Amino acid sequence: MSLTLADVEKIADLARLELTDEEKSQYRKQLSAILDYAAVLDELDLTDVVPTAHAVTRRNIMREDVMEPSLPIEDVLHNAPQEAQDQFLIQAVLD
Amino acid sequence: MKLTELTLTQLRDGLRQGSITSVEATQAMLARIVDVDNDIRSYLTITDEMALEQAASADARRAQGEDTPLLGVPIAVKDIIATQGVPTTAGSKILDGFIPPYDAFVVDQLKAAGAVILGKTNTDEFAMGSSTENSAFVTTSNPWDTERVPGGSSGGSAAAVAARLAFAALGTDTGGSVRQPASFCGVVGLRPTYGRMSRWGVVAFASSLDQVGPFGRTVADCTALFQATAGYDRRDSTSLDVPVPDFEAVLTGDIRGLRVGVPKEYFISGIEPEVEAAVRAAIAQMEQLGAEIVEISLPHTRYALPVYYLIAPAEASANLARYDGIRYGPRVDGENMIESVKRTRSLFGPEVKRRIMLGTYALSTGYYDEYYGRALKVRTLIKQDFVEAFKQVDIIATPTSPTTAFKIGDRADDPLGMYLADIFTLSLNLSAGCGLSLPCGFDSQGLPIGLQLIGDTLQEAKILNAAHAYEQSTAWHQQLPLTGAS
Repeated sequence: MSLTLADVEKIADLARLELTDEEKSQYRKQLSAILDYAAVLDELDLTDVVPTAHAVTRRNIMREDVMEPSLPIEDVLHNAPQEAQDQFLIQAVLD
Repeated sequence: MKLTELTLTQLRDGLRQGSITSVEATQAMLARIVDVDNDIRSYLTITDEMALEQAASADARRAQGEDTPLLGVPIAVKDIIATQGVPTTAGSKILDGFIPPYDAFVVDQLKAAGAVILGKTNTDEFAMGSSTENSAFVTTSNPWDTERVPGGSSGGSAAAVAARLAFAALGTDTGGSVRQPASFCGVVGLRPTYGRMSRWGVVAFASSLDQVGPFGRTVADCTALFQATAGYDRRDSTSLDVPVPDFEAVLTGDIRGLRVGVPKEYFISGIEPEVEAAVRAAIAQMEQLGAEIVEISLPHTRYALPVYYLIAPAEASANLARYDGIRYGPRVDGENMIESVKRTRSLFGPEVKRRIMLGTYALSTGYYDEYYGRALKVRTLIKQDFVEAFKQVDIIATPTSPTTAFKIGDRADDPLGMYLADIFTLSLNLSAGCGLSLPCGFDSQGLPIGLQLIGDTLQEAKILNAAHAYEQSTAWHQQLPLTGAS
């Protein structure tokens, strides 16, 4: 499996990462090597094998639908890079 | 004997008898941290004022007749576990300055047990690494040889316990991040069954694999910290609502009739001969103690590494999408919202970006079935190997890592070489068992070697007692690194 630079750029965009040219070229090589290594899985016959997403599966964990105390606004905003009027402040997303 | 050389259980006895106060023990540890940690760099944050207040409070409570399981015992916490009012960075610049508004469940448990929190220990960024070299802040040294890594990702916690800079410590284990540094630093580290420890307040790396685990200098010490922090938490929907046994009571040291499986797939080429010899000698010693040794097979072992390095990055790429510079952490402004998010995410280090890229690819349209989907199916086969094995044996014994601690810088530019350090620990995280590492000897350079014991789902008692029995028949755990000895 050999990734192209265009592949790397597409993945970086999907992952919202800004990479330098040097990083792109390095990741192209390293990710290709890791994916080559993963090709060993191709030798297994996986027909009829059920996937395992979790080691210990629990289903439908519910709680009573009741109000519980949540964090005070000042605690929630304490770590915000920018805030205004008790809200997180971000750049405009619409023109 | 110096206060800082006491084991946790010896300290606890002294506190109970009134021969030591928590303030004395805490002051001794803090003084030693000042003396020694410039060389080891195990801590990222030292909470000295808070620790002394907690110690004074513990002494006052004891004077009133109170006695909780860790009352007055100084403990260190990996910096990926949230501590209210105390910086928690996960070893990343993207969380630089982050101060959690609440405690993780395991920290709540520590405080309820009366523990004193000394500080936050170094970790590979987001627990992604096997050496702590991926920490954005500092590389921790191995107390047995400061030119070598302590292992990782919980290398700060392992080194702090080995260097007697804490009586015990919490780490996390996603692919071996408690057991492998325990092996490299010559201490005991337990990865409990998934769901035994709450993940509430633990910075998420790979949610189906992450689990908190304790370190101690002895099996009894590790067990005491495990006992105090395990348990059901309804805020973590994967937490198991099962009783927590009295683990300290099961450390009888009697392992007569215990069936110990030795998987042939774990003694492969690439393992250092001294590591193999020490582990085989430890298994022979367990036989001497009355255990029955059974050769077994875990046929899909060789697939664990590629499966892990598809599943863990896939989960990480989703978990780490939350770091966008909006709600917490630094923000790097760009021309528009998307550019700002991308620039902010440039604060991730190279290994974290590599894994986000790998995971994003494995989950992307057209490649999902080929990579992530296939990995989940092979995970079933790996898990099934253990189900079959535990029909024949009670526990499994293997090396923890194929080598002893390597030199700082040796594998820094070789991701696959670094990943191989976890080749014997990853399978467990993909399955439903529990495992620990404990010292079983030293190589010719004086570096510790670790024995891994693996147990079935929720069978921590079996591996802890087997480890205790072995430990009590040896003197490895009594050897201390010379760090700061004066």
